[in-house]
Amino acid sequence: MKRRGFLAAAGAAFVAGCNKVADTDAGARLLSAAEKWHMGAHRLLTNREALAPEYPRSAVSPFFRGNGSVDPQNGDYPRHVEEGFANWQLTVGGLVRNPLALTLDNIRRLPQRSQVTRHDCVEGWSAIGEWTGPQLSLLLDEAQLSPEAQFIVFRCADNLNGQDYYESVDLIDAYHPQTIIAHSLNGEPLPVRNGAPLRMRIERQLGYKHAKYLTGIEAVASLDDVGGGQGGYWEDRAGYQWYAGI
Amino acid sequence: MKRHVLSTRIWHWLNLLCVVVLFMSGLTISNAHRLLYWGDWGFDRSQAWLEVPRFPDWMTIPGYYSLAVARDWHILMAWPFALGLLFMWIAMLLNRHFKRDLITTRREWRPKAIWRDIVEHAKLNFDHGEGKYNFLQKLAYGLVLGIFLPMMVFSGIAISPGMEPTFGWLVDLLGGRQSARSLHFIFAFAILGFFIVHVALVLLSGPIGQMRAMITGGSTHEA
Repeated sequence: MKRRGFLAAAGAAFVAGCNKVADTDAGARLLSAAEKWHMGAHRLLTNREALAPEYPRSAVSPFFRGNGSVDPQNGDYPRHVEEGFANWQLTVGGLVRNPLALTLDNIRRLPQRSQVTRHDCVEGWSAIGEWTGPQLSLLLDEAQLSPEAQFIVFRCADNLNGQDYYESVDLIDAYHPQTIIAHSLNGEPLPVRNGAPLRMRIERQLGYKHAKYLTGIEAVASLDDVGGGQGGYWEDRAGYQWYAGI
Repeated sequence: MKRHVLSTRIWHWLNLLCVVVLFMSGLTISNAHRLLYWGDWGFDRSQAWLEVPRFPDWMTIPGYYSLAVARDWHILMAWPFALGLLFMWIAMLLNRHFKRDLITTRREWRPKAIWRDIVEHAKLNFDHGEGKYNFLQKLAYGLVLGIFLPMMVFSGIAISPGMEPTFGWLVDLLGGRQSARSLHFIFAFAILGFFIVHVALVLLSGPIGQMRAMITGGSTHEA
């Protein structure tokens, strides 16, 4: 018992020391710099077009777990579910010359990409599913991005714990060939728990980047004035890394 | 001559700091999803091979449940950990520490010799090898430097979705992402096991002299 007491005290003292370091300006800067070193290393080692692994259709998981919002009850969302998403609209705006407003029908008629990929949650679990939808690059080209645009923000219908969900990526991930706006999972329309009727697939990053219940795509020059300024719901709320390729 | 050269001493203490922070922040990350799987995927109990206990807050960094803060520490300390290990391997090969002190001879692998080594250990006589280290020491240090620590780096890279497009072969070699995650966990606890035995043997073999040697370098006849 004494030994455990000693270990616990030593552990607590060490943790307190770590937290002290994290609380200093230099410590906090160091901790957030590490995310950028990883991103830099990934971008250096990995071709910008390099694909996340794709699996055969037979590898699909029997059930695709939902996480975070799994059944949004806020705003118009329940009405859209009742209508079978017949009146859902996806807007493409912000720093673009040609803003768009698309129906699900418009989106299904664009050239499609299907990919069987693995979804990795930041918590640690993984599931494999087949996603289908148009590449984001098609929509961005159609909308004609302005040269000042640096980031693409994804606006979502779900409100989680009082805040609207949103996410963002840089142009490298936005134009990545596997970055699609998925309307189907395993050949069926997206279930509500997985983001019906539209969700993003950002295949080289963790699950919280794959914004669900997608209503808007917005090109911006900076993330400072979007949401809480950190680039996404979990980034603002809990301090998750904006670059989720780690 | 010094018992431990400067590069070994610097790496030893840097690595200790890295391993402690990585392990304690890793326990928080484990608490986020306490199931381990084999293969590419898995998300609930029916696919898991192990349900890990919840680690109490006092064992974890930051001392309360925050996956985001734990990941901050984890991905920061991964850098000095991995680069330090690379540095130690280069130094060990260049200064012949590896060849001189760590490579085992065929003679040492004979069952009789191994048994004698175990018996000597049981008698708390550690200074009975032909070179600087006896067989069990060489085996332990060889396993840690050659397998346990590098496996943490490789399995860590394999879990990282941003690395997978380039290092997919590594993920395949480890049996898929969830296997890599399980191996990351298993080798972390293998390192904890080494750490406990290592500290216990230091305490049993004159801790003050051992600590002094690893800090100032000591001298070969002193040990």
